[in-house]
Amino acid sequence: MTAAATHEVTATIPHGPLDVLRHSWVLAKRSLVKTWRTPEGLIDVTLSPIMFTLLFAYIFGGAISGSTQEYLPLLVTGLIGQNIAFASVGIGIQLNADMEKGIFDRFRSLPISRIAPLFGAALGDIVRYVLLISIMVGTGYALGYRVGTDVWHFLGGVALAMLFALCLAWAPMLVGLIARSQRAVQGIVFMTLFPLTFASNAFVPTESMPGWLRAFANANPLSHLVASLRALWNDPNGPGAVADWHSPVAWTLLWCAIFVVVFAPLAIRAYNRKA
Amino acid sequence: MHDVTLTSYRVAMSPDIAVEADGLVKSFKETKALKGVSFQVPRGKILGVLGPNGAGKTTAVRILATLLRPDAGRATVAGFDVAKQPREVRKRVGLTGQYASVDEELTGRENLLMIGELLNMRLGDAKSRAVELLEWFDLTDAADRMAKTYSGGMRRRLDLAASLTGHPEIVFLDEPTTGLDPAKREDMWDVVRAIVERGTSVLLTTQYLEEADALADDIVVINHGEVIAHDTAENLKRVVGSQTLKIRPTDLAHTEQVRAILAEVATDAARVDEQRRGEFSVPVPDDSVLPGVVSKLASAKIEVTELSLALPSLDEVFFTLTGERNKSLADPTQIEEVSA
Repeated sequence: MTAAATHEVTATIPHGPLDVLRHSWVLAKRSLVKTWRTPEGLIDVTLSPIMFTLLFAYIFGGAISGSTQEYLPLLVTGLIGQNIAFASVGIGIQLNADMEKGIFDRFRSLPISRIAPLFGAALGDIVRYVLLISIMVGTGYALGYRVGTDVWHFLGGVALAMLFALCLAWAPMLVGLIARSQRAVQGIVFMTLFPLTFASNAFVPTESMPGWLRAFANANPLSHLVASLRALWNDPNGPGAVADWHSPVAWTLLWCAIFVVVFAPLAIRAYNRKA
Repeated sequence: MHDVTLTSYRVAMSPDIAVEADGLVKSFKETKALKGVSFQVPRGKILGVLGPNGAGKTTAVRILATLLRPDAGRATVAGFDVAKQPREVRKRVGLTGQYASVDEELTGRENLLMIGELLNMRLGDAKSRAVELLEWFDLTDAADRMAKTYSGGMRRRLDLAASLTGHPEIVFLDEPTTGLDPAKREDMWDVVRAIVERGTSVLLTTQYLEEADALADDIVVINHGEVIAHDTAENLKRVVGSQTLKIRPTDLAHTEQVRAILAEVATDAARVDEQRRGEFSVPVPDDSVLPGVVSKLASAKIEVTELSLALPSLDEVFFTLTGERNKSLADPTQIEEVSA
């Protein structure tokens, strides 16, 4: 009967547990190709961070830390936290566009794991975050910022920031899958991120905030990430130092786990449900 | 690779049936999209699912392609239960939706490569399959251009090529020609015929009666989520006689006289049907009635602006079955026309 039709199938790699990774990689390649073709889509991780660094350093530096130089160790780490959060809106918008264009129907009708399209999108975003972190640190260096620890602590901080970005991304992914337009994705994500990034230790010491706000800022996942970066990067005797990295890093990792545990299942469910 | 593995088994069914829908029910909030739809696609054949917009065609296809779960009823595709073994179903079907689901920012070739790789083809095989499909669908010249530069017809072809990448046993085509101009539509028909020649079974939804007639072996007519007919095109046509006589008197005052003349020749006098005021469409046994009608009109000195004999279109079938005139449906193919 259909033997001829079915067995004509060209040699395939047998299905196995590595399929999820392989399929995610194929889909990550897809977003990388698109990133390569539309480099203007990278403005939020290239030009915007430079602009933020310059504006904040020269406008707030003197007021907050007495001078621009003194402020830089606080600012570079704080801005990386903020911009990682802001850059995560991109993945939500991308998923929303995919859904609107029907390409997700194609993926859903294929015998691939349903997590692969989401995982692949996140994986493809790594490039954006690498770019973002390099540019922020580079801009900081140009202004006079210096990493005061060693290369291993620095790379540890980079890895932690990337991990945080990828775990946090599940939240905008969920928004991207349930919002009805790309504009809505942008609105919802930024509305959440603005208070999250400013009510934190990213730009000003939390000690200056009223008690209730300080409590929020100190529990804020972004504060933990920023504190981790300060502990891992900044000169322990210089401005913006955090003495011990163990505690903030542990808190950051806990928050990463919480993001994944809460938002990943919801995002996958939303993806499966989308009619 | 073999179809039967340790973890998958095909539910018992006739080997001649590629797709079987049995009492599918699906509601979206208030709307009942499907109210118990059943049909079968015989292996290697084309089943046409015909109905107007909103009839439930797309919902049925999405259930069969495992994109939606039915509220009730069951369906087997290639012998596997769509609800219980969706992965086995997905390995064996290709879906081409109403809107081309290709990535517009990738080239045609990249789209097909991506699908091949997602189907676990080795890279070399995925590449040669892409080349083969691009050639078949006449996209070789455009292969390395981004899909967003493609015309509507090219996009549809690329979408169809993507569905065929893994040599599916069954292909679902959800309104594959909606929005295409007539010439492109016939190209698409040729492609569909070619797919079936290679042993693939096809479920095709359409709102063009002409298309179902041209392609489908069997036709299911769906309206408001219910199957109102399931038969061959031939048998469906028998319902309304073998030919349709259309006639429109110039002067509306002659309407009743025309009706009387038509009642004499119609297969069923009760079905002398006035579509619009003064415009008749009547089933007749064959074309031998035409001279008689013309001479009667002449002796009664009735001028007509239109007098034509047409193959009975499925439009007539649809009308007979539902009593609804659907303006979006295609006009019957006219084979003879006599102007007075």
